[in-house]
Amino acid sequence: MSEDILTVEDLAVSYGRVQAVRGVSFTVPRGALVTLVGANGAGKTSIINAVSGVVRPSSGRVTFQGKDVTRTPAHKLVRQGLVQVPEGRQILASLTIEENLQLGGWHTSGGRTEEVYDRFPVLRERRRLLAGSLSGGEQQMLAIGRALVAEPSLMLLDEPSMGLAPKVVDEVFRVIQEIRAAGTSVLLVEQNARRALRAADHGYVLASGEVARSGPGAELLADDAIVAAYLGLETG
Amino acid sequence: MQQLLNGVFLGSIYALFAIGFTLVFGILDRLNLAHPAVFAAAAFIGIELVTLGGVSIWLAIPLVAGIGALLGLVIERVAFRPLRGRPDAHFAGLISSIGLAGMIIALLLWRYGPDTRRFPADAFPATTFEVAGARVTLLQVAILAISILLMVGLTWLVARTRLGRAMRAVAENPRAATVLGIDVDRVTATTFALSSALGAVAGALFAMNVNSAQLGMGAAIELKGLAVIIVGGMGSLPGALVGGLLLGLAEVFAVQYIGSSWRDLVAFGMLFLLLVVRPQGLFGSRRVREV
Ligand SMILES: Nc1ncnc2c1ncn2[C@@H]1O[C@H](COP(=O)(O)OP(=O)(O)OP(=O)(O)O)[C@@H](O)[C@H]1O
Ligand SMILES: [Mg+2]
Repeated sequence: MSEDILTVEDLAVSYGRVQAVRGVSFTVPRGALVTLVGANGAGKTSIINAVSGVVRPSSGRVTFQGKDVTRTPAHKLVRQGLVQVPEGRQILASLTIEENLQLGGWHTSGGRTEEVYDRFPVLRERRRLLAGSLSGGEQQMLAIGRALVAEPSLMLLDEPSMGLAPKVVDEVFRVIQEIRAAGTSVLLVEQNARRALRAADHGYVLASGEVARSGPGAELLADDAIVAAYLGLETG
Repeated sequence: MQQLLNGVFLGSIYALFAIGFTLVFGILDRLNLAHPAVFAAAAFIGIELVTLGGVSIWLAIPLVAGIGALLGLVIERVAFRPLRGRPDAHFAGLISSIGLAGMIIALLLWRYGPDTRRFPADAFPATTFEVAGARVTLLQVAILAISILLMVGLTWLVARTRLGRAMRAVAENPRAATVLGIDVDRVTATTFALSSALGAVAGALFAMNVNSAQLGMGAAIELKGLAVIIVGGMGSLPGALVGGLLLGLAEVFAVQYIGSSWRDLVAFGMLFLLLVVRPQGLFGSRRVREV
């Protein structure tokens, strides 16, 4: 098996005439935390969705655990261990918290539910309540927990800190580090570039659907030109 | 008392029909107007199984359910799946399912002719019971029991099982369901199969209850089914149950005490009044459906 759990080559995504992603390449080494950062509309979500099989790329190749999965539908990729925590959390508000977690384990026995409750005790307390009753931060924990139940070997997170209070953002990043420390590879997409680059082994800066820069997270952050050009408006 | 029971028997069939109808509507947000055609087809097929196949009516019911499920898969594949990517998929599916319903009825006409069909005289068990002075046949008891069993079973399936959870997930947010690893196409097809199986059983039971099957029976129940869905609360399973029973009772009592030509006026009038009092339906939430 190759050293990289995910390899994306020359990926392009378009919606009708809109070209959202134009020839993006990157890799996620096994066990690493890699981040894609970029402003609104840079193409981050399109990349995540193309990698996880939710949208069809117009060209390019996605290799996951040594297998070409470019045309594999999303539900099959989940079974293979590639699991997405979608933008905006997408929890199922009309189902209970427990049901949300059970659905995360749709293809497994759901045996990891207890582990997730241990990690997020607040979810255990409210397991019988509708997921829609959770606060934004708690919903993000549920979305991450739900992905964990699926036993991913690669977790894709699309702007997990979006709309959360700074303290909760800290919590989210702590959880991501824990997940990574437990051996799961992570691809993190963020607008909160400073936080993401600080946490990541390797970062890619996206602009208008293309990779503008890439390098170790700390190096990108240290480069004032990059910060000014691409990340200037970011806070954190 | 006799009328009350007759109303309950008829109502339980309406409820079974409406529950199949509302399953697809509530879960997939699609109105499947081929459902009444499945109802009619099942009645004719049930009669043929008993008449030509020599099958007992008890065996005919599960057979018809199976055929209904297959029809459901065909309906989903032909009338709904090809259109699902369209922005107007709801409306397009509605129209294409009307088209498919017309084709099913045409096939029935071709195979069975325009005349009313009946079960052979000896197909039904002769056993009858006395219930509080009213006469009830074994068949009627069976109709009620089968309807209740299927409705309870379905409610349990949706509320408690893995498939039911997946169905509700697809109902709320298909994209999120996909991301969770749910095969949305498969769950959708299964929902159609279940829905049509219930509609088919309702059709066979209806034909047994009145011992006749007519080409127009689907069209006759279609509006009632829609009314029951709306009165029960869009997509609500218990709502469809209560709505179906109310409609059955209203019809039977209207015929008994006012006259048979008043049946629809009274029954629909009552449903209409209910809606005026409770616009969201009996079990509907006040929340407006998101489109
Ligand atoms: N379904 C769609 N149909 C048409 N255009 C789309 C669609 N989804 C995204 N786009 C366009 O593609 C481009 C990239 O969008 P994408 O959502 O991938 O960006 P993003 O980096 O995730 O942005 P954000 O930070 O706002 O989430 C944008 O110009 C967007 O308008
Ligand atoms: Mg995005």
